[in-house]
Amino acid sequence: MSDSYDQISQQLKGRHRKSTRLKYISMGALALAGAFLLIFFADMLSKGLPAFKQAMINIEINYTEDAARNGREAVDRDFSTIISRSVVRVIPLEMRNDPSLLGTSVQRWVLASADVDQYLKGNPVRLDDDEKARIDRLVEEGKVEMQFNAGFFSRGDSKMPELAGIMSAVIGTVMTMIVTLAIAFPIGVMTAIYLEEFAPDNRLTQLIEININNLAAIPSILFGLLGLAIFINFFGVPRSTPLVGGMTLALMTLPVIIISTRTALRSVPESIRHAAFGVGCSRWQVVKDHVLPLAMPGIMTGSIIGLAQAMGETAPLIIVGMVAFIPDVTASFTEAATVMPAQVFTWSGEPSRAFVEKTAGGIVVLLAVLISLNASAVLLRKKFERRW
Amino acid sequence: MQTNQLFLIFCSVLLLLGLAAFFVGRSKATRVRASGSSMYAQPDQYAWFAVVATAGPAILVSALGAFVMLVMGTEIPTFPLLLASLAVAGVGLGVGMMLIRANFHARQAIERVIVWSLAGAATISILTTLGILISIIGEALNFFQMHSFWEFITGTTWAPGNSFLIAAGRGEGASGGAEFGSVPLFAGTFMITAIALAVAVPVGLLSAIYMAEYAPSRVRSIAKPMLEILAGIPTVVYGFFAAITVAPFIVRVAETVGLDASFNNALAPGIVMGIMIIPFISSLSDDVINAVPDSMRQGSFALGMTKGETIRDVVIPAALPGIISASLLGMSRALGETMIVVMAAGMRPNLTANPLEEMTTVTVRIVAAMTGDLEFDSAETLSAFALGLVLFVVTLSLNLVSVIMIRRFRDKYRVNNL
Amino acid sequence: MNSQAPQFSQQMAPAAGQPYTRNEQACHDLSIRVRDLNLWYGKNQALMDLNIDLFQKNVTALIGPSGCGKSTFLRCLNRMNDLIPSVHTEGLVEMDGRDVNAAKMDEVALRRRVGMVFQKPNPFPKSIYENVAYAPRMHDIVSRKAEQDELVEKALRDAGLWNEVKDKLQEPGTSLSGGQQQRLCIARAIAVQPDVILMDEPTSALDPISTAIIEDLMDKLKEKFTIITVTHNMQQAARVADYTAFFHLGEIIEYNDTKVMFSTPAKKKTEDYISGRYG
Repeated sequence: MSDSYDQISQQLKGRHRKSTRLKYISMGALALAGAFLLIFFADMLSKGLPAFKQAMINIEINYTEDAARNGREAVDRDFSTIISRSVVRVIPLEMRNDPSLLGTSVQRWVLASADVDQYLKGNPVRLDDDEKARIDRLVEEGKVEMQFNAGFFSRGDSKMPELAGIMSAVIGTVMTMIVTLAIAFPIGVMTAIYLEEFAPDNRLTQLIEININNLAAIPSILFGLLGLAIFINFFGVPRSTPLVGGMTLALMTLPVIIISTRTALRSVPESIRHAAFGVGCSRWQVVKDHVLPLAMPGIMTGSIIGLAQAMGETAPLIIVGMVAFIPDVTASFTEAATVMPAQVFTWSGEPSRAFVEKTAGGIVVLLAVLISLNASAVLLRKKFERRW
Repeated sequence: MQTNQLFLIFCSVLLLLGLAAFFVGRSKATRVRASGSSMYAQPDQYAWFAVVATAGPAILVSALGAFVMLVMGTEIPTFPLLLASLAVAGVGLGVGMMLIRANFHARQAIERVIVWSLAGAATISILTTLGILISIIGEALNFFQMHSFWEFITGTTWAPGNSFLIAAGRGEGASGGAEFGSVPLFAGTFMITAIALAVAVPVGLLSAIYMAEYAPSRVRSIAKPMLEILAGIPTVVYGFFAAITVAPFIVRVAETVGLDASFNNALAPGIVMGIMIIPFISSLSDDVINAVPDSMRQGSFALGMTKGETIRDVVIPAALPGIISASLLGMSRALGETMIVVMAAGMRPNLTANPLEEMTTVTVRIVAAMTGDLEFDSAETLSAFALGLVLFVVTLSLNLVSVIMIRRFRDKYRVNNL
Repeated sequence: MNSQAPQFSQQMAPAAGQPYTRNEQACHDLSIRVRDLNLWYGKNQALMDLNIDLFQKNVTALIGPSGCGKSTFLRCLNRMNDLIPSVHTEGLVEMDGRDVNAAKMDEVALRRRVGMVFQKPNPFPKSIYENVAYAPRMHDIVSRKAEQDELVEKALRDAGLWNEVKDKLQEPGTSLSGGQQQRLCIARAIAVQPDVILMDEPTSALDPISTAIIEDLMDKLKEKFTIITVTHNMQQAARVADYTAFFHLGEIIEYNDTKVMFSTPAKKKTEDYISGRYG
């Protein structure tokens, strides 16, 4: 005979406790993942946000004859050590371009050196106590202040941390992404249409399908080796350029676009195809006029996600040489360029403390771009989401 | 520049010819139709057919010429080639015009071309895989001609350092300088991968269990995108995080317990890589757990099982193939991950079991070999391809096993969305 | 109240408006007493004022057109409806003098006493042996391996499956045919030694031969268990059930001895349904 309820309930107590424990452990795991994310973002923001501020010094520049030969002569000796070297370097050039400057003087806000910048941000620097005291005095006088670092967004890379910006990397990223999309989008969508709507179910088709799934999981660095061996060494595409980088990333993005396009095509119900066939459309007309428009939001979403993935990729680009030092904005698809993640990588390798901040600043910009891209993909999906 | 201008002229002439084909073709088709004979297709379809007949062969000819030039190395002068292509275009235009007749199926002809070009696009993915294989295998073979395969697989010393001296003819001793024993690299790779999986599998799987079995839909709708963000963070960012934040933290913690940790320890990249892989495991496991039929859970509840017992003894075993498949995918991802280890792990090959020591990985050595100022055919550069080959084979097999397992799961429960 | 007086053989009906109660002359003991049971899915009421007594060691069949609430009612008896968040129940379901819906009633304990077999066989992704042994082990019904082996064999014998599977106990439960799987699920349910076994259209996914085997099995199992089965198939109800309740739109229209119900239904609706006019 079976046990009474009381006996059963007694035995159940321990089991219920275990059951509840699993619930809290699993909840804790999710919370842990969330905590990782929080710590990560807090860390990046706290390290990166100061990069958007830059110490500036208000000094008097005297365009004397000496200054025309040596820019250092244009400023007070006390200041020459705490302003950026880039300021004095351009003075002779300025005077040559505009001879009427000779003999005049101007009061101007100029970049402070990276040491001053770091000192004011409270980081350890190599300044001696005298210099520190002088800076403190200047801050009190209002001659040194932290200003929004617009140059970070308008300048290219530099060996001087106070001068380094991400503009050239941003332009490089845009150009690389243009190449990537121009190749991956049409080929990806065409492949997906073929596999989903036209392909006979034979060995070859299955091979292509397995192959695409595999490509999606191949380590990205191997695509870099492919780019190097095939594109650069065999086809002679110039190294370090947006062209070769874009082509390499296109091959990586292809599977993402194919897979999401196929999902989008598959979610268009058969009944729509049957209806179109019913009014005498050919298979291609059915696809072009009925299935594709309905699948378009899904295809766009997938492509944006693929693009965001390609935008954050670094390893294959290192292999094809896109980690070059690019101080000026790239103008052509066949000139050396760098991209945002590669710029981040380059800066992270610089020993100076000021570059750590630049790196984190670059990361904040990169993350902002990627998150807005992904968010727009999510919004697109929400807006056009349709239940049949 | 000469070539560029020629190419531009070629393109514009072709475009003009195409336009001409379109309008002439359409007007001819309209005329035929107006004359009263009924046609198989619309005038526009005939027009498009004419365009395809004009441009298609011409582009094909010029592409073929360019390819022959590249592969065979034979010089075909650009000008005659493009001229020939244009001539072909002219012929195509003529033939296209002739074919515009009432009893010609222009639509079918166009659609055949379309289907062929779609199929052509589909083969690109195959070509990519082939490209990877050929490029890697070719260069790896070159490497194995210089250094024995056996030494590469079993050697425990990786010291390519002076290979460039040998290449420059200044190596002391015949070949005693460079050693390419990959065992320490793979040991480092597997150590870091193991650490990553030790973080990612429990956290990812338990998060998936919580989301699939316990979480109210509101929590779920927040947690899923949150985990997706983890997957969307670029690896270079993770690498910076590992090197700047996690590694010093580990060194400090190790100091307080009296251990000595390197700043390039294997633990930091391992943990951060684990964080990166969490979403891969949680999202696939979540899908798989959701795909376990509800009737299983009900069967278990009806026997008087608690929720925890049902999950542990019924749901998880049923979802196991999918969970293993997810873990294998995560593992393949960890093995091939580059930026995190390049930035946070060491450069020095080191055969050790202590995760607090400096270690290097396969991908780190590939990057190191590729960014040095070395001749392309130096042994060190080529060794990157040999390492890449092994990496390719390992990840490919992991992926295949994973695909097979998930397919088996899908067939078992007839789920289509996995 | 739509409850109709029971007409157990030649017995007197209770006064109009009275629920069915245990009839002193009946040789059957009460197993489950249901009073004024109401159930809502969100705002839709699915069960309305049900009153019914279910008797021990009998087969009771619940019949009625689809969507009439018979499965929902069945799932009230072991509180499987708790798994659906939108469901809300009121009323009394009493087993052994305890209110099943009481707050302090542990539904896990309840389900140990009330087993269930589902429409589609749902063996666990484990071996045949483990499918049967799992629950008794978790419930501490058996402790030693020998006891466990014995229990598995007994349950499989009772479910009429032993001879077919005794040589392949370690093969997965899913490798069996549909009818065998369903008997495995029955063996799994009786291995826990419940008092009541609920069967939710246990043969609707099976072929006629397997159906016949399961029907025979129900006939044998009622010596030890109270069986309550939902069926779409009136012939099946007529063949296996001692009592039959006819549900329609969430109400019990008629509840009676099966023979009486099928030969002389008291209600027009019942008669229409039995003779196949709707359903």
